[in-house]
Amino acid sequence: MDNPAIFYICEGMTEMSDILIVGGGLNGPALALALARRGMRVTVVDALPETVRKNAAFDGRAYALALASKRLLERIGIWSRVAGHSQPMLEIKASDGRAGEGPAPFFLHFDAGELEEGPMGFMLEDRFLRRAFLEAMDDEPLITQVEDRVEAQEVDATGVTLQLASGKALRGRLLVGCDGRDSGTASRAGIRRTGWDYGQTALVCAIGHEKPHHGIAHQFFMPPGPLAILPLPGNVSSIVWSETHENAAAINALPDAEYLEVLRPRFGDFLGEISLKGKRFAYPLKLTIANRFVGERLVLIGDAAHGMHPIAGQGLNAGLRDVGALVDVLSHAARRGEDFASSLVLNRYQEWRRFDVATLAAATDLTNKLFSNDNPLLRAVRDVGMGVVGAMPGLRRGFMREAAGLTGELPELMRA
Amino acid sequence: MQAAQTTVDSAEVAKFEAMAAEWWDPTGKFKPLHMMNPVRLDYITRQIAGEFDRDLDAPLPFKGLRLLDIGCGGGLLSEPMARLGATVIGADAAERNIPVAQIHAEQSGLDIDYRHTTAEALAQAGEQFDVVLNMEVVEHVADPLAYLTACRHLLKPGGLHICSTINRNPKSFAVAIVGAEYVMRWLPKGTHEWRKFITPDELYGLLEQAGLRPVDKKGFVFNPVSWRWSISDRDLSVNYVTASVKPA
Repeated sequence: MDNPAIFYICEGMTEMSDILIVGGGLNGPALALALARRGMRVTVVDALPETVRKNAAFDGRAYALALASKRLLERIGIWSRVAGHSQPMLEIKASDGRAGEGPAPFFLHFDAGELEEGPMGFMLEDRFLRRAFLEAMDDEPLITQVEDRVEAQEVDATGVTLQLASGKALRGRLLVGCDGRDSGTASRAGIRRTGWDYGQTALVCAIGHEKPHHGIAHQFFMPPGPLAILPLPGNVSSIVWSETHENAAAINALPDAEYLEVLRPRFGDFLGEISLKGKRFAYPLKLTIANRFVGERLVLIGDAAHGMHPIAGQGLNAGLRDVGALVDVLSHAARRGEDFASSLVLNRYQEWRRFDVATLAAATDLTNKLFSNDNPLLRAVRDVGMGVVGAMPGLRRGFMREAAGLTGELPELMRA
Repeated sequence: MQAAQTTVDSAEVAKFEAMAAEWWDPTGKFKPLHMMNPVRLDYITRQIAGEFDRDLDAPLPFKGLRLLDIGCGGGLLSEPMARLGATVIGADAAERNIPVAQIHAEQSGLDIDYRHTTAEALAQAGEQFDVVLNMEVVEHVADPLAYLTACRHLLKPGGLHICSTINRNPKSFAVAIVGAEYVMRWLPKGTHEWRKFITPDELYGLLEQAGLRPVDKKGFVFNPVSWRWSISDRDLSVNYVTASVKPA
């Protein structure tokens, strides 16, 4: 941080930002950049030092960015900084499989050639995205970055005050919580959460393979949970491997060589010999939704509003959709001269996003339940279902557009 | 302040005085106005921007414009106009609305000149404006032509007059009175008298008689499925708005 003292105009007074953002991960910076481009003064608070966040080494974590998300990143000046590191997803193949038998014949095949908008999505490593956000914020004069921890927040008739661990205070007209599924911003505002445990843990890592992936993403639906193989640049893919909590804990405790031994029959040999790249991660799959997305001079976005099952990489995409929706709501209000921090305006964001999120949460939950099952009847039903979807181009395009994030009411930043 | 000569129907003023304290509660009695406000503001801001060649994406786009909001109520239109940079005078014939609006403007950090007065009194005093907002007022006045003539006197040459009201036909009776007052209970019973409603043709005629040149009319349409208001080019069957200009 350059000079925290600039926040003090005079004794006890703090400078007023238009927007205070708590959380400097991905959604927070995306929102900050989009709002700064509309002339708003934004302050982003994160406890983690910027140098740590900026200099992450390869660790294998990656995102499947939907086409709509890529458009938003283009419009806020991020895409040009990361495009060279991205891998377009040209095809998605989904199939049913059982460990030891390898993947069954492909039932569902989504080809970007069928979609006029181009590739359905892009794979991008977490570290490149984070670094790009931090650098873009450094270049934006309307954004102030503060490295500090929030201790308390207070709302009054004209704004919000954040008390920081360092003893300093920040003041803004609207507070946005982008601080993840355990959002302190939400709990300090008394917003409760509803959660479900899927009984699964996602094992995430990068896998090197002998043969090229040709930009094809695979989703194998296994009885314990799905295995997604997502193409990264070069002969590397990112995997999201879901198992029951017990299995996952046991697998995750294994040394690398044995971990690979367990993965191999699930992964299959269609990409040749496989090896581990980067680190191994384990994320328990839990859905947690805030009972409200807005409060008095307060908005929640991303995982702070809805921590979602990452089965189709929809977590970040849903967060960026929040960003797009909030930018639309706030900038339309500003053009009309409305008080953008009023409950009337903020409720428009909540109405818009709660509907989408409920739909997506229900769909993701159902997809997972239907596919993570060894019941022969359910297997038959979904095999027939996949066959039907696969045979009908219209329906298939519908699924692809959903995966590309092109359905529902699209925020302006995500439109073609 | 004493309103000298006025066309305001005193029984109408009393009805709104009783409701004044509830102006800024978005879920209270004025919920329908709060719901409709975004489309009203969209129309007003675009008309002003077009007439005076202003860019709504620029900061304080209405800076330098003197604007009168007649029947300002709690300031639902005055505050946004002030936030966009206009110099705003809010006038209301109901005395109790003035302190409500003043207190709220102060809380919002806005400088707005609210006055307990009428269009006629302001015109007599020789006040002149670039923009006169005349929203949902004309259906409540005793003599619409005298009132619109006062509005014309209040405009500088080339000034813009935006006037919205409710159409008079069986549908508007069903929607605005039976629906809004009796079924949805959005408005207190007796808020509107159907025979005072004015058709778009009648309003255009009155505006011309008053010496104003009508330039645009649009409908404000409520969709009960999406539960939203929108602006329509064709459907002026219930709520509608007009823009007219005082010839230079």
